[in-house]
Amino acid sequence: MHPVLTLVAQRISLGVLLLLAASALIFGLTEVLPGDAAQAILGQAATAENLANLRAEMGLDRPAYTRYFEWLGGIVTGDMGNALTNKLPIAEQVSRRMGATLFLAFWAAIISVPLAILLGLIAVRYQNRWPDKLISGITLASISLPEFMIAYILVFVFAVQLAWAPSFASVSPGMPLLAQLHAISLPVAVLTLVVLAHMMRMTRAAILNVMQSAYIETAELKGLRTFEVIRKHAFPNAIAPIVNVVMINLAYLVVGVVVVEVVFAYPGMGQYLVDAVVKRDVPVVLACGVIFSAVYIILNIVADVVSILANPRLRHPK
Amino acid sequence: MLKNIPLSAAIGLIITATYFLAAIFASWIAPYGMAEAVGDVWEPSSAAHWLGTDQIGRDLLTRMIYGGQTTILIATLATILSFVTGSVLGFIAAVSGGWIDQLMSRLVDLFMSIPSLILALVILSSIEATVVTLVVIMGLLDSTRVYRLARAVAVDITVMDYVEAARLRGEKLQWIIFREILPNALSPLVAEMGLRFIFMVLFISTLSFLGIGVQPPLADWGGIVKENKEGINFGIGAALYPAVAIATLAISVNLIADWILTRTTSLKGGRG
Amino acid sequence: MSKELELLSSKVTAGTMTRREFMSRAAALGVTAAVASSMLARPAQATPIAGGTFKMGIQGGESTNSQDPASWASDVPIAGGFCWGEPLIELVHDGSLKGLVAESWEGSDDATVWRFKIRPGVMFSNGQEVTSEDVMQTMARHSNEDSKSGALGIVQGIESMRTDGDVFEVTLGVGNADLPYLMADYHLIIQPNGGFDDPTAAIGTGAYVLESDEPGVRMVFQRRSDYWGGDQTEVAHYDTVEVIVLNDATARVAALQSGQVDSINRVEPKIAKLLARAPTIEVLSTKGRGHYVFIAHVDTAPFDSLELRLALKYALNRQEMVDKILQGYGSVGNDIPINAAYPLYDETIPQREFDLEKAREHYAKSGHDGSPIVLRTADGAFPGAVDAAALFQQSAQAAGIPLEIKREPNDGYWSEVWNVQPFCASYWGGRPVQDQMYTTAYLSTADWNDTRWKRPAFDDMLLEARAEIDEVKRKEIYSNMGRMLNEEGGVIVPMFNDFVDALSTNINGWEANPNGPQMYWQTVKYTWKA
Repeated sequence: MHPVLTLVAQRISLGVLLLLAASALIFGLTEVLPGDAAQAILGQAATAENLANLRAEMGLDRPAYTRYFEWLGGIVTGDMGNALTNKLPIAEQVSRRMGATLFLAFWAAIISVPLAILLGLIAVRYQNRWPDKLISGITLASISLPEFMIAYILVFVFAVQLAWAPSFASVSPGMPLLAQLHAISLPVAVLTLVVLAHMMRMTRAAILNVMQSAYIETAELKGLRTFEVIRKHAFPNAIAPIVNVVMINLAYLVVGVVVVEVVFAYPGMGQYLVDAVVKRDVPVVLACGVIFSAVYIILNIVADVVSILANPRLRHPK
Repeated sequence: MLKNIPLSAAIGLIITATYFLAAIFASWIAPYGMAEAVGDVWEPSSAAHWLGTDQIGRDLLTRMIYGGQTTILIATLATILSFVTGSVLGFIAAVSGGWIDQLMSRLVDLFMSIPSLILALVILSSIEATVVTLVVIMGLLDSTRVYRLARAVAVDITVMDYVEAARLRGEKLQWIIFREILPNALSPLVAEMGLRFIFMVLFISTLSFLGIGVQPPLADWGGIVKENKEGINFGIGAALYPAVAIATLAISVNLIADWILTRTTSLKGGRG
Repeated sequence: MSKELELLSSKVTAGTMTRREFMSRAAALGVTAAVASSMLARPAQATPIAGGTFKMGIQGGESTNSQDPASWASDVPIAGGFCWGEPLIELVHDGSLKGLVAESWEGSDDATVWRFKIRPGVMFSNGQEVTSEDVMQTMARHSNEDSKSGALGIVQGIESMRTDGDVFEVTLGVGNADLPYLMADYHLIIQPNGGFDDPTAAIGTGAYVLESDEPGVRMVFQRRSDYWGGDQTEVAHYDTVEVIVLNDATARVAALQSGQVDSINRVEPKIAKLLARAPTIEVLSTKGRGHYVFIAHVDTAPFDSLELRLALKYALNRQEMVDKILQGYGSVGNDIPINAAYPLYDETIPQREFDLEKAREHYAKSGHDGSPIVLRTADGAFPGAVDAAALFQQSAQAAGIPLEIKREPNDGYWSEVWNVQPFCASYWGGRPVQDQMYTTAYLSTADWNDTRWKRPAFDDMLLEARAEIDEVKRKEIYSNMGRMLNEEGGVIVPMFNDFVDALSTNINGWEANPNGPQMYWQTVKYTWKA
């Protein structure tokens, strides 16, 4: 078998093990958190009596390992179980919310990744001239504002003042695609601004690093145009760190958007996870946690494989 | 060397230095007490209160100066911790390869794969949030990100001929890391460091948002933005000033990072 | 009023007649100018218009919400619940009661036996007619031994229940003159067979029926044609009601500003005045019974010292709290959980003033060793709780009291800090009557006795007042209880908070209801869109 394929197979099996470890760790963490679902649901209305009743009803009075292995047994057979709090099937909720999250992440990624790389290339091409400085300044400003601040400013300008876009992203299944895109235009804009700078700056730095190499000088001496040199010679050799940063940001678009979800009342996974953590709804926390872990692990594998494929020296180890 | 300093870097240095000095001498230059309610709610700026007052009538300039102290202290220390830990471990993994690399990388994957919200919530609700614990937790959580980048950069370098040569010469791990890898991996790392510093500033404000950040009446800049955020839609400056402070600090730190970047690359005898 | 005049005024409203024209025509009909202009100034008195969609942007919804009334504790499920369901009795805005599922009710002289006559012809949305059996089963489910209902505290005084034709009869262990008020609780929505078959089915007697439900996102309701209360021109005027979860305060305001919702709850006091400047938005503040508290355990050092408690009470600048935390949308508290919004409140209980001199005196007398007194707080303890604690710290320090604030995470605050730690910030939503408020938190045996206030004399007065039919005597007992708590209690009440809602100006028919926000969730029933 090709060494890259062997590596991929190895990484995938490792990934499954990792996922298992992550689920155990997340379960352990929820156990460490003070309070449980029964207390969280009753809140200020908790009395010793109704607490005990509720715990028994939810099965929280049984030992922790029993509950974990029961959950694990369910997952292996494809059953995520029901939420402790509202008894709704988790799989149904998760698939709906994951769909919403991926929809948002997809559009944000489609816009931000190519834009970041393009801006990075332009910045290198015009290094230390005004386009470079302008791009750097704007992206830095956008990255250094707290997310909710960017969101509020965009809402204020584009929803309240100009009424171009809705202030909260209400997407329902039957909506035509164009209407859905209109509904999520502001959250997508916020996410794009948030992840753009990181990827753009890494692209710029990594390419500049490669530009110092002798082969670039050779290429330049051959008389290739600067942009050609960057595109054909520098970029492919700078891919490893760029892919890594892109990966981290894609993962962020999936698991880290809870603030954007809150501001735009968007029914994604982040809000679902936070609510579940607050209410100590352990099966939901586990389901969301494991899905997030899987997203990370898969993106990691992709990043590693792309890095290897991009670097001939790694592709053919001596 | 300072003669050739470009204008942008000079601006960056001046602003950063101003913020750092204000942070260090906060208790001398702040016009009022940090927690003192001296005026009405959200007063506009005046001679008595240059930046106006905050959501419960404390002098905003005073809050900003003390907030800067907290923000800069925690973010700087956490960034340093994150970079030292992350890059050293990343280089070791890349140079060693084999099972050491696998073990460390998968361990980092494990920690990165768990949403940091759950991690932060659990850790900070079981131990008390002080400046030290905040720095340690933020630094270590963030070092996983630095580790991945450092390792990715270093792996590319370790297969270079000059590293092979060093290995064949029988150089020690330490020598390879600090003499061969570090100088060649510096540019992407420095570029990243500027950004990670901003992420630290934002991370503190996220923790304040969850109610597990710094203890009141202390506040960080992100926290002040959050406290006054309701005013944004009505043009109240109290939320904007700290945001502007974060943004200018971020830009100036990164202007310096860019400058160091060009200096280090030209040091390598490139095309100057 | 003459039909002709009404017709004329509607023409003005519709814009087909000028104001001046109307006034002269009205004068011709013999109406004084004052009356005529008052007709024009109050378009809210015009005939309700049926139809349209009412969108509420509501804070307080989670993806963990359920349609089981027993589980409700936050605003969104309650708002939805009042669309699809109804309890026996409605709390009217003027403090009186109105029958819903119960047509009428009467109590025995000692207030131990209560008979509720069930209204005939009230239909559940599944087509069944409500029987007294359904009502009894509902109460049974909430008072059940295994119940996890938030109403358990309300219904646990019931000794026995029975049905007698169309009458539901309750016998209490101890007489309670306020039982009908308690029956209006939002948990006690009448469900078919008491909800034993499927508590989350959302089948009730309300004017709307649940069409789609996404927990933590939104609920959509459609008007029922077979609502017992009347057709759409009479009551529950909207075709569709949407309850949209908008937990973020700024997002909620932006949604109203941009016209995406018609009504929002919980306007932050900080921005209420700024929001009110918008021409199409009306900010409505309702005096309620909810209050914010700093609670000290009277049985734990150093708070077991009466002198220290008094020192803290005098060191609190209540007016500053109302001005800065509530921006005036509220009133000062008096270290008792009762205010003028309660029936039988005694206005003559002296108001505790902010007095640093007295605070210093009492602090010296307490002999406290000067170690820090830790007040725990969290952003979620009540809106502005951390800021309020910071203000309290400032004024206490001015009196030489070493008050220190510790911010706790929101997450876990209600299980780990409140009712556990000896001194912390908290809030109470208030109860419809004094008896219920005191029974919930100040009776020796109460589960939520969060100040550890255990005084047999206080308990005796409470039980005496509960069964007392004579209102004058009852008021006197409550007054004595209030004075006792004000002087010796562990509860420090800086302020009573108003409910602050905001409405688009094209929504008519608003009547403030002290029992809760959004006219105690009856905006869906009594307002209409012009």
